[in-house]
Amino acid sequence: MATPVGVALKRTALNKVHKAAGARMVEFGGWEMPVEYAGITQEHLAVRNAAGLFDVSHMGEIEVRGPGALALLQHITSNDASRLKVFQAQYSALMLPNGATVDDCVVHRLADDSYFLCVNAANTDKDFEWVSAANRFGAEVRNVSGQYSQLALQGPRAAVILARVTDAELHRLRYYWFVEAACCGVNGILARTGYTGEDGFEFYFPPQRSEAVWSGLLEAGKPDGLMPCGLGARNTLRLEAAYPLYGHELDEETTLLEANLGWVCKLDKGDFVGRDALAAQREKGLRKKLIGFEMTERGIARDGYDVLVEGRRLGTVTSGSPAPFLKKSIGLAYVPPDCAEPGREFQIDIRGKAIGARQVALPFYKRPK
Amino acid sequence: MYPPELLYTKEHEWIRVDESIGTIGITDHAQSELGDIVFVELPKPGDAVTALESFGTVESVKAVSELFSPVTGEVTAVNAKLQNNPELINSDPHGEAWLIRVRLKDRRETESLMSADEYEKYIQEEKGD
Repeated sequence: MATPVGVALKRTALNKVHKAAGARMVEFGGWEMPVEYAGITQEHLAVRNAAGLFDVSHMGEIEVRGPGALALLQHITSNDASRLKVFQAQYSALMLPNGATVDDCVVHRLADDSYFLCVNAANTDKDFEWVSAANRFGAEVRNVSGQYSQLALQGPRAAVILARVTDAELHRLRYYWFVEAACCGVNGILARTGYTGEDGFEFYFPPQRSEAVWSGLLEAGKPDGLMPCGLGARNTLRLEAAYPLYGHELDEETTLLEANLGWVCKLDKGDFVGRDALAAQREKGLRKKLIGFEMTERGIARDGYDVLVEGRRLGTVTSGSPAPFLKKSIGLAYVPPDCAEPGREFQIDIRGKAIGARQVALPFYKRPK
Repeated sequence: MYPPELLYTKEHEWIRVDESIGTIGITDHAQSELGDIVFVELPKPGDAVTALESFGTVESVKAVSELFSPVTGEVTAVNAKLQNNPELINSDPHGEAWLIRVRLKDRRETESLMSADEYEKYIQEEKGD
């Protein structure tokens, strides 16, 4: 993820606004992004208890259009894009022949023959090249990332706050659906999606109007305790919800089945890239399995630390952090499938010390209904 | 901002020397860079620490960071409050949230450390990079 020295970092349209507000900025996926404003813990709790606003304009957008669009998507993604109705979204993955992923993504159906994919910032160029290379269906594929800012408004108060500044009928907008709507006077695409484990919305709109939407939402949410949030809280929130992050739980070697994403693999939809590998693995069994754990002794597991099962180095932590809402130290790790069993005790090698941990069921956090 | 009675390291620790005892902590700049501190691991009284070598770790939500001793000596006291209230390091890094006290082996080791003015210039330069 490190950017070579001398390569200028990309900036979202809100870069100056973040800096002026005192956000701490870091490099992420080739972008200069706010990692925190008031502090990760406070921001995390604001999203669980009220609401938080995130600038996620670093995320990439790829448009797939024309009569061949659906055939191309069916060929390169693992989920069944033919099930999408217009204005519906779907979590999916761009596939490699080995059953692993180029990236994970959300596919949105804009019109009969028109889709757009929201992809990870660091992978946008790779994804675009890869989708283009696989396009023997005559679809029109365009990297339109520069045409969109993306803000995520997340938390139990998100709908109440957003209702004050949008013309969309939010009570009719269901999870993983979207509408064309104005928000703070700016037209865009408003989706009921997110990456925090809370109810919430993601709004895609022209970057020129970013400040109006950002400050309009913050103002509208003031009475409810809406806080601007950085990527630090976004990461701890998604970890509590056990959502995978590409480069951690997913990479070009790890299959969707190993990452607990069997539900995104529609093997019966017809042939697609990686289908045979997934079918074979379903038959033969997994090489490793993603599990969740919490520390039973004092210590914080971090990405890359070894998992010790009866003293043997059998697994690796892919994400580990204190969980601000759960007030525990949690993590995700890959272990051999025969070690994967909730309740099982093992250790994490934390800088040379074996510290106790216990496997727990996923997700760590599920929002109250 | 940075108390003039303290001396500072390039790794963002401070030390206050009274006679032969040095009190060591991390700077306001360090706590601010780390963010919400949730965990500290410190040596025990009687343990030896060595100048420029790690004597423990401090962890925030997002990262773990090593603590480097400004001096060589023996630990005489450890701030017990930090075990249950590590967030004190965020709120009062130069005062209540000192980390350890050390009996210095050689006071001359402090001669190479930075004054408050020098340290402020140093972090300005680091930011400018």
